[in-house]
Amino acid sequence: MSETPAIELRGINKSFGPVHANKNIDLVVKKGSIHGIVGENGAGKSTLMSILYGFYHADDGDILVNGKKVTIADSKAAIGMGIGMVHQHFMLVDNFTVLENVVLGAEDSAMLAGGLDRARIELKRLEEEYELRVDPDALIQDLPVGLQQRVEILKALYRSAEVLILDEPTGVLTPPEADHLFKILEVLKKEGKTILLITHKLREIMAATDSVSVMRRGEMVATRETQNTSMEELAELMVGRSVLLRVDKKPAVPAEPVMEVENLCVTDQRGVQVVKDVSFSVRAGEIVGIAGVSGNGQSELLETLSGIRRATQGRLKINGETIDLGTSTLDAADMRARSMGHVPEDRHRMGLINSFSEYENSILGYHRDPAYSSGLLMNIAAIKENAVAEIGKYDIRPPNPMLKTASFSGGNQQKIVLAREIERDPEVLLVGQPTRGVDIGAIEFIHSRLVELRDAGKGILLVSVELDEIRALADRILVMFDGRIVGERGANADEGELGLLMAGVEDNAKMSVEGDVR
Amino acid sequence: MFETLILILDSTVRLSTPLLLACLAGLYSERSGVVDIGLEGKMLGAAFGAGAVAYVTANAWLGLLAGIGVSVALGLLHGFASISNRGNQIVSGVAINFLAAGLTALLGQTWFRQGGRTPALPEGGRFRDIAWPYAEQLREIPVIGPLYSELLSGHNILVYAGFLAVPLTWWVLFRTRFGLRLRAVGENPAAVDTAGISVAWLRYRAVIACGILCGFAGAYLSIAQGAGFGVNMTAGKGFIALAALIFAKWRPANAMFACLLFGFLDAVSIRMQGQEVPGIGEIPVQFFQALPYILTVILLAGFIGKAVPPKAAGIPYLKERS
Repeated sequence: MSETPAIELRGINKSFGPVHANKNIDLVVKKGSIHGIVGENGAGKSTLMSILYGFYHADDGDILVNGKKVTIADSKAAIGMGIGMVHQHFMLVDNFTVLENVVLGAEDSAMLAGGLDRARIELKRLEEEYELRVDPDALIQDLPVGLQQRVEILKALYRSAEVLILDEPTGVLTPPEADHLFKILEVLKKEGKTILLITHKLREIMAATDSVSVMRRGEMVATRETQNTSMEELAELMVGRSVLLRVDKKPAVPAEPVMEVENLCVTDQRGVQVVKDVSFSVRAGEIVGIAGVSGNGQSELLETLSGIRRATQGRLKINGETIDLGTSTLDAADMRARSMGHVPEDRHRMGLINSFSEYENSILGYHRDPAYSSGLLMNIAAIKENAVAEIGKYDIRPPNPMLKTASFSGGNQQKIVLAREIERDPEVLLVGQPTRGVDIGAIEFIHSRLVELRDAGKGILLVSVELDEIRALADRILVMFDGRIVGERGANADEGELGLLMAGVEDNAKMSVEGDVR
Repeated sequence: MFETLILILDSTVRLSTPLLLACLAGLYSERSGVVDIGLEGKMLGAAFGAGAVAYVTANAWLGLLAGIGVSVALGLLHGFASISNRGNQIVSGVAINFLAAGLTALLGQTWFRQGGRTPALPEGGRFRDIAWPYAEQLREIPVIGPLYSELLSGHNILVYAGFLAVPLTWWVLFRTRFGLRLRAVGENPAAVDTAGISVAWLRYRAVIACGILCGFAGAYLSIAQGAGFGVNMTAGKGFIALAALIFAKWRPANAMFACLLFGFLDAVSIRMQGQEVPGIGEIPVQFFQALPYILTVILLAGFIGKAVPPKAAGIPYLKERS
């Protein structure tokens, strides 16, 4: 007879209006294990976990905690049953201290002082037991995201959680922070805690979990022991068809440079130099990837080249024209007019206006184009026609140009942005984080479109914090660290070597290679 | 000269009190994330309720209670619109201002037939000034005497209540569980919700606290400082209190200083009325009346530090549909 499972769900159903988010979900989670739940965006993972945490109520179905049937009326009840949750968007009060955040909702009495003192002692104990170090008096807003997440975990442990749900915990973390998180989870598991890890990243599932359940379109389609499955199998289960995890592409046939950057320096609004004397070129028919941990100047580089941010010095050669970036007043529209497309890193902040409809978004930034505008009035018919064509070509779903882009999934939003930029036929395309928050099926599509554009003889500059993506797509890889380009590698560069470069370890290899050639 | 200063300071205290009470009222509401532009309306409603009941019962305490009742009722209306039904808080607040302005005048006229005013209060219907022990005897001592006898002594109980509400509010906000949750819900209601605390109930309690303090402020106008309700007697004090709240960066002690400053400007403007300033001539009263707003605009423009409102202020809380 096996042990009683920590959590058991039987026949859970949940609908939001016409959307059946969870269909007859069964799930068994073993005590003291790390159980992964994978699925694409919108597969119903977060809804299911929110039901378990009492944030939503299931329409029907049973929840069993430690073999006992329970009703979870609200989050308070869930906390009382030893269930804790680390949300994707942290549930922290930014201008409170760590200590205040930890006690919020778990204060001992109407007066704060006693509860705060107890929490301070308890935090100290948790810190020692689980190696979760964080200054209790620091303000949340001053902490890096990795530490903020630690505070979320501490919050759950402080409420004596036995089952910890983590919803897409690595979405905001850098690779080293993610690795550290998995170490923490291992420690928690050793202490007998049960962990539910929700993610869409298969690599994390393989690396961190004992067993894994796959969700697709609101249904639980399979549960596997992690050691008996593979990324390929899980990907197929998630998408419902076999998917290519590797990008299928021929070697690049680069021609003349279409974009050359020389001695670019950029200072940010705090007065800190964030891009330091960067020079590189992108040739027609190649994808140049910029790898690096987020926050090492890649974003600023991309923004400067696309005309959003000003440089302190540097030259840009594009389309035979030389632009002095130190004095240039060219804005994003001017850069687009010079045949430079830009898929910004953050589609919500820069790529789309989510309260606008799809067809309006499909020409943002190109709205002055005579094809769409007579100068005074927009040519709505032409814009819609173009939108419909792009929807067909890029398989954007739902295929409705009148819908607000807020109603599209992440993958389809990204396709809208990509279609807009690629279909203007730019000579150079700047692409930032093209697959952030995008499901596997769409990733495959986006990657193949970028390779097609390359094969059509265009130059692409790709910035991504996903090293896998850089390695899959780029023909040349530049590594940025602390605002500098610290190394250049070919398409089949060694992953470990790139990792070291990204961590700022000095590049000696390049010199020794050059030495050998001599 | 010194006597003039004492007199100005004395009237500063009297003029600041309703601002302070209303400002602290707004502080509770806005710290919980409910923007309250209806302070003016609630004060006015309370002033009328207090004036009417105090006249009928000849009891100031019952008047105060009635003022609080009216103000809390209007606050609950605001809460029902903006918390339960997630309406726009500005619109709801403005509606309350209109409602109060119209209803008080209408009911006043219907009930008392004196052009919307309530009749002069009978004995006992008004809060009397309280003389502190030995105030008369100490008056003659230089400097300390007038300070004690004029400035500290000789105010009605609502003045003292207003100034005591400052440390009390600070203590509630920063030393109690309720205060912690109140501040949290104004910054990140989702954090409060996931901690298993009801966002709506917390905000309702904040709105009720706001109503109680506005009740004090309104009652002060009609049955402590004045001797009866007059049409539109708040005359924009609710908006000045709102400006003071921003000026104070939503902190209790700052709120007191901001209200004292605005009260002081008011006192000076009354004092300066009809008086020639050498070399400048008569300064129009409107200049002083505009100063609180001008100062607040300058503050908001970022010239004097930075006023960051509670992050969730003005945004109705809706559970995210993931």
